[in-house]
Amino acid sequence: MLQILQLLLSGIAQGCIYGLIALGFVLIYKATETVSFAQGELMMLGAFCAFAGMSLVGLPFWLAALLAIVAMAAFGVLLELVVIRPILGQPQFSIVMLTIGIAYVARGLITMIPGIGTETHALAVPYKDEIWKLGALVVNVEQAAIIGATAVLCGLLYAMFRYSKLGIAMQAASQNQLAAYYMGIPVKRLNGLVWGLAAAVAAIAGMLLAPITFVHANMGFIGLKAFPAAVVGGFGSLPGAIVGGLVIGIVESFAGFYLPDGFKDTAPYIVVLVMLMVKPNGLFGEKLRKKV
Amino acid sequence: MRFIFKTSYAQDIALARHGGHVFWYGLLGAVLIAAPWLLPEYWLAQLTFVLIYGIVGLGLMLLAGFTGQFSIGHAAFLGTGAYTQAVLANAGVPFPIALAAAAALSAAVGVVVALPALRVKGIYLGIATLAFGFIVEEVFARWERVTGGNSGLHVKSPKLFGLDISSSESFYIVCLLIAVLSTFAILNLLRSPTGRAFVAIRDSEISAQSMGIHLARYKTLSFAISAALAGLGGALYAHKLSFISPDQFNILQSIDLLLMVVIGGLGSVHGAFLGAIFLIAMPQLIALGKDWLPPVIGQAPGLQGLVYGLVLIGFVLFEPLGLYGRWLKVRTYLQLFPFYRKGLFKRQKAFTKSDRLR
Repeated sequence: MLQILQLLLSGIAQGCIYGLIALGFVLIYKATETVSFAQGELMMLGAFCAFAGMSLVGLPFWLAALLAIVAMAAFGVLLELVVIRPILGQPQFSIVMLTIGIAYVARGLITMIPGIGTETHALAVPYKDEIWKLGALVVNVEQAAIIGATAVLCGLLYAMFRYSKLGIAMQAASQNQLAAYYMGIPVKRLNGLVWGLAAAVAAIAGMLLAPITFVHANMGFIGLKAFPAAVVGGFGSLPGAIVGGLVIGIVESFAGFYLPDGFKDTAPYIVVLVMLMVKPNGLFGEKLRKKV
Repeated sequence: MRFIFKTSYAQDIALARHGGHVFWYGLLGAVLIAAPWLLPEYWLAQLTFVLIYGIVGLGLMLLAGFTGQFSIGHAAFLGTGAYTQAVLANAGVPFPIALAAAAALSAAVGVVVALPALRVKGIYLGIATLAFGFIVEEVFARWERVTGGNSGLHVKSPKLFGLDISSSESFYIVCLLIAVLSTFAILNLLRSPTGRAFVAIRDSEISAQSMGIHLARYKTLSFAISAALAGLGGALYAHKLSFISPDQFNILQSIDLLLMVVIGGLGSVHGAFLGAIFLIAMPQLIALGKDWLPPVIGQAPGLQGLVYGLVLIGFVLFEPLGLYGRWLKVRTYLQLFPFYRKGLFKRQKAFTKSDRLR
């Protein structure tokens, strides 16, 4: 029983990371109808930003984290402005290839930083290696921080999309760009902001993940596991992304313990294939039919 | 400028449109056949790789460029072909039979992948193939009894009718033959009703369906043919390298293959081979450029990724039709000189077109 709880906890923590990355996919997908394969790399860049702020400049953790989030948000806006906007309206696949290109460039650039890029670093978070004991249950503070931060972030995003003018404008643009544009919503600027938001969320995910997997140039590959999360949740649904992430994380955690070797890494993909065969719209996806 | 006055349907679907085609492709063929005597061994090996990747590229081009179905797990088919060939060749099965078996097994795997693909489209299809690619890679790594696991598998040299064809010249000729045959197969397929159906599906599934095209059947067929060609390429790849391991067929390989068809030019048979030339030539160019760059940049392990990424971004932004599109523009410029207009190949934007069904 305790074993199961422990597995559940680590699964949820891992799932929150997948969920946060998937949240980035879904935000971008809803707003601009493009799929970003660079989300994992944005996460990696965010983690490196925080690392640079802490160990090179010597900032305290919270300041470095805040700076990393702001820097990544600005980077996301810039990215949208420079490379995504010119090909808006082109077939979806061009943009997928473009984001794959961005991912390549990000990985390549990071490894070019002498002495830092090719190494593996530990992010010195204040709660490193601390443990809480709830009865017999051992809770890693790193995992608790992931779960807590994800919950807070979800609350903030929910409030933003529900109550703020900006969030409602984003919802409108994601439902119908043209109609939103006619209503006077600056769709192009919103798209930029959505990329900024997605990059900021990715940066948070990166900093939460950093204590567990360390900071290195290839940590972005975890983004590929967030795709199953986004699909399981239904690609166009924000709560779905988090729930999908949790499902994938928990399945992976249990598969790693109970099933033979090799199932841990493939479990998310098996889940997503089954999901696509059984319920292609995901858990929270809307069922839509094309009208001709 | 050449104007062709077509007077019959046979002329419309002819493989060689005019005498120029016959001459130039004939010349290309002659040079390729003479290559073993003209090129040093190293470059011949590179040319062999170009042909092998070209065969795989043809398959992916059929699927992505002509049927509009994107596969982000094509390395799985490549790997299936490679491992089938390796296992059969090591068991002493003759080369042509092993090759046929590799293509057939890959095609069968392609049909299996097509099953979820029939229900999903666009990005979901990409993710389904991505997931499939990961699972297959894991199978290669874990099924140690057959594949040798992560330690890899040595492949015996190929034998054709008792002759050893492992020397680089003879293997080059075999690859050339298979590449030419696959190219003709694809060209013929594309001018047949089946090929036209593929293109119709790419352009609009709904209008294709309303013209009486059985979507499921043709998508499955496209996946099967594409996977068979990838398997064929994989089989040759296994022999050429004579050693295969699961990490040669990972997600990066799949993305490289996609990069190849996108940079070559989606929707053109030439593009498959131009992309293959790019994919093989690029590491060489980067290696040459390394000496000119400051050591910090030149020796960084990510240099190749950076260059690939930049080239890919450049092509998507400025030349979406790829290398072949660039060639078309240059040719048109020369033919029309001095009347080429800037907007001749202008892309149309479609902001209201939505992939989401609404």
